[in-house]
Amino acid sequence: MTIYQNNSADYQHHSSDKSNRNPAIALGEINAQQLSIRLGTGVSEFEAVQAVDFNIQPGEFVCLLGPSGCGKSTLLGALAGHIIPANGVLEVDGQTINGPSPERGMVFQHHTLFPWLNVVDNVAFGLKMRGVNKAERHAQALEMLQQVGLHDVANRWPSQLSGGMQQRVEIARVLINKPRLLLMDEPFGALDAQTRLKMQQLLLDIWGRIRTTLVFVTHDIDEALFLADRILVMSPRPGRFIENLPVNFARPRTTELVTTPEFMQLKRHCLDLLSHEEGRQLPRLSPLGLPPQTRIAV
Amino acid sequence: MASFKKTNASPTRITTAGMQLGSVAACVLVWHFASTLRIDLGIITFSNVPTPQAVVSAIWQLLQSNALLPHLGSSLARVFSGYVMAAIVGVTLGLVIGRSRKAENWLMPPLELLRPIPAVAWIPLAILMFPSSEASMIFITFTGALFPILLNTIHGVEAVDPRLIASSRSLGASPRAILREVVLPGALPSIFTGLSIGMGTSWFCLVTAEMISGQWGIGYYTWSSYVIQNYADIVVGMLLIGLLGMGSSWLIKRIGDWLTPWYRLQGKS
Repeated sequence: MTIYQNNSADYQHHSSDKSNRNPAIALGEINAQQLSIRLGTGVSEFEAVQAVDFNIQPGEFVCLLGPSGCGKSTLLGALAGHIIPANGVLEVDGQTINGPSPERGMVFQHHTLFPWLNVVDNVAFGLKMRGVNKAERHAQALEMLQQVGLHDVANRWPSQLSGGMQQRVEIARVLINKPRLLLMDEPFGALDAQTRLKMQQLLLDIWGRIRTTLVFVTHDIDEALFLADRILVMSPRPGRFIENLPVNFARPRTTELVTTPEFMQLKRHCLDLLSHEEGRQLPRLSPLGLPPQTRIAV
Repeated sequence: MASFKKTNASPTRITTAGMQLGSVAACVLVWHFASTLRIDLGIITFSNVPTPQAVVSAIWQLLQSNALLPHLGSSLARVFSGYVMAAIVGVTLGLVIGRSRKAENWLMPPLELLRPIPAVAWIPLAILMFPSSEASMIFITFTGALFPILLNTIHGVEAVDPRLIASSRSLGASPRAILREVVLPGALPSIFTGLSIGMGTSWFCLVTAEMISGQWGIGYYTWSSYVIQNYADIVVGMLLIGLLGMGSSWLIKRIGDWLTPWYRLQGKS
């Protein structure tokens, strides 16, 4: 954190300059330079992400693809602000990330809906934190639930919903804050194949309407190719990008796409990129760091 | 999950109630035969145990004597005061200790030291520390209720899923809002477990507390009956404490169920 505080004034100046020139400019640009993230302490400390450089444009849909434990979730955790990088620059719209913010919404693999709030109150949580009154936040939350096709379960408890519905509520809860970034950590990884396909299409549909920058972590090549504008392929430990792969299939995309020769060709290419890593099993990392790190500083 | 195992026998509500009543009746029956036949097994003897009939007539006498209400009233007031204070102190300390490692390091060692001290050992100090015997009695019921409430609150706070806290921060929750909107409701089922156990242990300490009492209280009634060798009355006092303790624990549990409606649903879906 302290390392790039020296630079941050510089970049803030830069960003205000930019917004003065063109106030209507789209938000959600990510810039990372020589970014390194270390996890663990003492002798068990290791570099999860090593000196990566990347830039993601406002409104772009980028997938981070790589095998389990390669550091893609860790990188996502740093974007969310849950993990503080050891070195380098990590900025959104010129501002250094130094903690979680409603501007950077995060969706985990398993939902994190509050079990003690019903669906509509879960979705309205971000508005409540901003001090929006109850009638207004319920109205907005219902509208958001309509967007994900779930307005009819507004009064249920999260535990009464299916896995796919829970993730849709989770997405609605994040989007109600109108985030610059939507960060998703294998959000459909725990769903069955059929539901996963539906959720992918729903996500593309929502993203078509609410153009936010989307960073999507997955180890599923099909999923990455189907969803993304661009795929950043990562190698495991230390996590580095081994390929920056543009995916230029036309949108809107349908499930027919996955059987086209062009899709197959790109899939073959991705398989080749990831194949030489076979046989190395690393423990899954999470956007909150290492598993034993249960307490989160407030 | 737990209910799944129980539903194997799939009893209806009526047969369940019948079984529960039957088990109580069986206990009374065993007591009846053991005491009327004056069974002596060497290591345990029932020859001096009052019979159920003697106890029933003692209950009847107590009901006739107009002494029951003042006894009940004083005991309820003491247990209630001690318990409410234990709930406030226990939940507050539990939230602080559960959230902050620093507070845990500072507060837990003395609390762990005080925890194993039984209520009866507190009597002399309680008399020395508090100007009125009423306050010392309340203090003793307080010590009984405090630790289950405190430990269950700490456990509940520490068991709150860190991902929920991370998510709430990403949704814009301030540290205070995290405590109020995430940690407290997340720990609430466990807090109510503590409150329910604490209610029981508070009654548990009542006889001890009311050893100091001069005149009134169920605990005092039980203890003084022993002193004057009125054995049937001892059992009456014991039964009253058991009933009141069970009833108030049940009440706390119901309040807890009512305040945590989501909790019963979990695991059933």
